[in-house]
Amino acid sequence: MWLAPAAQVENKVIAFRLLPTFYKGSSLTSVVVSCIFGWTGIDRAALGVLGAGQRLSRDLAYKHVGLIVGPASDALIAEATKFSDSIAVADHPLLDSYHSETTLTALTEVCKQLNPKAVLLGNDTYCQELVPRLAHRLGGSAAGDALKLSGRNETVLVTRSVYGGKAQATIKLSRAPAILWVRARAQEPAQQQALTTDLTRLTLTLEPNTKIKLVDRQTEMQGTARLEDARVIVSGGRGLGGSEPFTQLRALAEIMGGQMAASRAACDAGWVPAEWQVGQTGKKVSPQLYLAIAISGASQHIMGIADAKTIAAINLDPDAPIFQHCQFGLVEDYRQVVGPLREKLIELLA
Amino acid sequence: MISPAKGLTHLMNILVCLKQILDPELPSRDFRIDAAGRDADRNTAGLVMNIFCANALETALQFREKHGGKITVITFGVPSAEEILRKALALRVDSAVLIRSDLSQRPNPWCIARVLAAAIRKLGDFDLVLTGRESGDWGDGQTGALLAEELGRPCVSLADELKADTVNTALVRIRRQTDQGWEALEASTPLVITVTNNEHNVPRIAKTRDVMQAFRQPLTTWSLAELGVDAQSISEDLACTEVVELAIPIKQTHCEWVTGETLDDRISLLAKRIATVVQSA
Ligand SMILES: Cc1cc2nc3c(=O)[nH]c(=O)nc-3n(C[C@H](O)[C@H](O)[C@H](O)COP(=O)(O)OP(=O)(O)OC[C@H]3O[C@@H](n4cnc5c(N)ncnc54)[C@H](O)[C@@H]3O)c2cc1C
Ligand SMILES: Nc1ncnc2c1ncn2[C@@H]1O[C@H](COP(=O)(O)O)[C@@H](O)[C@H]1O
Repeated sequence: MWLAPAAQVENKVIAFRLLPTFYKGSSLTSVVVSCIFGWTGIDRAALGVLGAGQRLSRDLAYKHVGLIVGPASDALIAEATKFSDSIAVADHPLLDSYHSETTLTALTEVCKQLNPKAVLLGNDTYCQELVPRLAHRLGGSAAGDALKLSGRNETVLVTRSVYGGKAQATIKLSRAPAILWVRARAQEPAQQQALTTDLTRLTLTLEPNTKIKLVDRQTEMQGTARLEDARVIVSGGRGLGGSEPFTQLRALAEIMGGQMAASRAACDAGWVPAEWQVGQTGKKVSPQLYLAIAISGASQHIMGIADAKTIAAINLDPDAPIFQHCQFGLVEDYRQVVGPLREKLIELLA
Repeated sequence: MISPAKGLTHLMNILVCLKQILDPELPSRDFRIDAAGRDADRNTAGLVMNIFCANALETALQFREKHGGKITVITFGVPSAEEILRKALALRVDSAVLIRSDLSQRPNPWCIARVLAAAIRKLGDFDLVLTGRESGDWGDGQTGALLAEELGRPCVSLADELKADTVNTALVRIRRQTDQGWEALEASTPLVITVTNNEHNVPRIAKTRDVMQAFRQPLTTWSLAELGVDAQSISEDLACTEVVELAIPIKQTHCEWVTGETLDDRISLLAKRIATVVQSA
């Protein structure tokens, strides 16, 4: 571990203190680490992770360390200093983009230096795969999709949905460190606090991993915004009967400036890309409006839309469970509705 | 055992890990919590093979059809878990192993990974170990990753396509899902892979004749003692997570039905309601 060079942070030169005691793994001050990745930066999800980290560290009376893994620009560091008691940076040429084995090795090394009691990550697929393996390497315990976190008597308690959303469990993680991925956008975003002046750059010894080689990486995003950040979502299910009706739904979504999503049944059928899937094993979305068309509303689907402000549905079956989650709904064949609805919305939204 | 495709000299030895769970299709209104208040009441629905395990098995079967190889299935569970092994045998896997759980509590992923790793060491070398991405009951999504760590092997998660390399027999080509799309990877065996669903790995249905035959096929059954897993480690694993509360969430949304004389009226009203929400967004 070496000290950071005096970096320009928001036009202020920050003087770095010598290694603070808590970095030496001493038990004087225990820490909670919130992990941010250089390739994502501080988006809504990262703010959620940092927010959860702030609250958990307060609960436990531990120090909150914001850890930046991967490319850490001065701007990113400056932004991160607003949300934690200290900042640690783990950058390395091999961490310019995500590689599962390399990132895992790096995180393990970093955590061994920081000696945290809890480590929080977000809920993208990369974070999800890192969590259990990191926990194993650190001899701790792990949980995923944490909705609520709390700390009591040096242990972390996690509330999460189980049985496809039919129940909620609170689980005590008795073996430290507790490594968690949290449902990031469902967490209150981090509050700004006094600017952090503690910045440590951690040195890493990494070697290229030759076991797993990335050959190609494709994004199939619908636009520039992530589905998770969409304000309006039009979503289709098995009741649509094929891929063609999705073009009608897209036309409807477009006039509202919205994005498209689907149930697992529609993705499984190959009608739309898997990235559109919303639910337990798909995206967790939180739009102002979620319009579910020909979706029954299985609990696993509802798990993905629990944070939507308004849910509305069009479904042939008045007993479809989706209506139990709707603010308003129309019982009708979608084929009679989608076209004229679009015409009327064009007028209303003009 | 299916012979290798032309040009391939090495037959992949594949293990697929299967878990039996309470049928996740059970409607919310019928879901109950058991008397101890720490798990679901198992009497409310049937027990089934976890869907992502079925996707993993389908992926393995397709791989064997194309490239040859051998498939073993394994489960760690109570005696009823034999059913899912019979299901897999009906799909013509080569062999099946049941590790009987005599634990007094539900094993967590840490304990399961330790037990599966012990069984894998006893069974011999596998080129590929496949698990589902997560279970439809507790939804931990950890067992595959922890198993990779127990075995000291790399892990690829959320795979939805698996192919052999035509030149290097120790390589596999994997497509896996990411948040934004997908990645194509080239990975060396031995390897642990967690499998997710896509349109190409929808589980096949067994032929009636094979279902009948599956009941007569031999099954390897081991107890934890026979595997030689260390009891102390198991109890440490079990103690690292504890369910302190399990509750059924109450929801109170009132759905306002969009009504009107004619269909046109109803669509007009729906449009107005939607426009109001969109304009406030
Ligand atoms: C472990 C696990 C994880 C899962 N994860 C997810 C997940 O992430 N996301 C997800 O979505 N699912 C998930 N599922 C699957 C989930 O349980 C349901 O099977 C799935 O959501 C059903 O999709 P659907 O509503 O489109 O289809 P269906 O349940 O078949 O519903 C179709 C609906 O369309 C209606 N309909 C039919 N024709 C018309 C018409 N002409 N006009 C209007 N309405 C019509 C019907 O009344 C019906 O309500 C998961 C399941 C498991 C076990
Ligand atoms: N008891 C078990 N026996 C065999 N495989 C299991 C068991 N539990 C979990 N698995 C495997 O691990 C995957 C993910 O499970 P989980 O970590 O429980 O979400 C499952 O899809 C199975 O492939």
